[in-house]
Amino acid sequence: MNKNLMYDVVVIGGGPAGMAAAIESYNQGAKTLLIERNEKLGGILNQCIHNGFGLQYFNEELTGPEYALRFVELLSKTKVDVLLNTFVIDINGLNVTIINEKGQTVVQAKAIVLAMGCREKTPAGIMLTGSRPVGVYTAGQVQKMVNIHGKLPGKNCVILGSGDIGLIMARRLTYEGAKVLEVLEIMPESGGLKRNIVQCLNDNNIPLKLKHTVTRVVGNTRIEGVYVAEVDGFTPKLETEKFVKCDCLILSVGLIPEVDLVKNLKLNPKTGGADVNEFRETNISGIFSCGNVLHVHDLVDNVTYESKLAGTNAAKYALGKLTHKKPFNVVAGNGIRYVSPSFGYMSEKEDLMIYFRLSSRITKSYICVKCGENEIYSKFVLAANAGEMQKIQIEKSKINGDLTVLVRGQ
Amino acid sequence: MKTTCIMCPVGCELTIEKVGKEVKVTGNSCLRGETYGKNELTNPMRIVTALVKTKLGVLPVKTTGMVPKNRINDVLKEIEKLELNKAQAGDVVIKNVCNLNVDIVVTGNY
Repeated sequence: MNKNLMYDVVVIGGGPAGMAAAIESYNQGAKTLLIERNEKLGGILNQCIHNGFGLQYFNEELTGPEYALRFVELLSKTKVDVLLNTFVIDINGLNVTIINEKGQTVVQAKAIVLAMGCREKTPAGIMLTGSRPVGVYTAGQVQKMVNIHGKLPGKNCVILGSGDIGLIMARRLTYEGAKVLEVLEIMPESGGLKRNIVQCLNDNNIPLKLKHTVTRVVGNTRIEGVYVAEVDGFTPKLETEKFVKCDCLILSVGLIPEVDLVKNLKLNPKTGGADVNEFRETNISGIFSCGNVLHVHDLVDNVTYESKLAGTNAAKYALGKLTHKKPFNVVAGNGIRYVSPSFGYMSEKEDLMIYFRLSSRITKSYICVKCGENEIYSKFVLAANAGEMQKIQIEKSKINGDLTVLVRGQ
Repeated sequence: MKTTCIMCPVGCELTIEKVGKEVKVTGNSCLRGETYGKNELTNPMRIVTALVKTKLGVLPVKTTGMVPKNRINDVLKEIEKLELNKAQAGDVVIKNVCNLNVDIVVTGNY
């Protein structure tokens, strides 16, 4: 392999985030490289064969693979270099060490965009007790097994956790002829989108048991069943414990940004992803981050918007066009779990795009942004769940100091 | 009846009532929601996504429009019967499936 690969912008990860970032970087005039470890572009969208993607960004309803193909097509019209089947094994400053069939080499970048997505929480991650027989999977693993390989993980399945992938897989498994016995959620409300409860569970008469969890996995070589109990807070009420016979337990218990490739990255403890400024630039100058490696999104459309921002700004940085003057903080106030980004700069004129999540469900309330004592933005919300990511856009001309995003009543 | 609209991620809480011969939908914030609500009371409709078998592996497919909810299983059975040599995104693999005026189209590649 060419030992002196040099690019303005190197994008790591060829899913929806990486593709959007790479296209925008190229559009800004930067020489751009996109690196993907899989044999094709598209990332996790390729296994999300259900519809519902793209309503915001394309104003039409697409399946995951269709959404990915739109960007593969856009990318093919650019001169972005794409390396498939290529792993990034180290990032040192702005030097990216890659390995593929041609060997190992170092790519020198002027800016890097991290777009590696996220991982699923594991049985150990949620301290699931009992044995570890065949038949215990994560929801994304089952999604790949069913949708890419055309295989069923079991005939009688229990799903632990009501995250969106678990809900979607409940319907997919039913369509493929398996029986989904129940979906268990330890919290009093589902973490998934309401529409998925309706169209995936209710449509197929699959019970959702809130405030329930698996207390023990039973089985030596293959799973024989699970003990299920109601919870009080997070503590199982043992007197309610019941045995449920099943041949498959699927965990849909959350996602975590896959940030371990970058050393010394300052993380946001609430998201597990990097702490970034409005350009989606991390604490390491020249390293940008977007998509699920930054914070886990519900909607790919939002990933696209965020990643275009990261790609544009990475290119500007590489070309010496990005200014960092007159900084201001963006803080999560009353009722807000986290905000991203956590600071911005008044010197750049582009609108500030803030993504955030609520601490808990709100009804008939206002989402506001305060700059000092002045309220510079407010939006009435009839109802919004904690599980749903919110997005607001603020004009720079309204900002003259630190911002607080908060929820208030009438 | 009360339900959550599934037409987009906003998930409006719909109230659907029969007023005389008319079906009235409230709580929606767009026209798609109104159509969805009306159908939900009379004839619930869904897009179906599934897999089609080919000799090179499975590929994802979808209906090109909504089909009645109570015909989803019939549609799935028709898709399951197929075994193609190979296919690619955009290929129509069943025309007018179950006489429902929608096609089955491939949505992804190997």
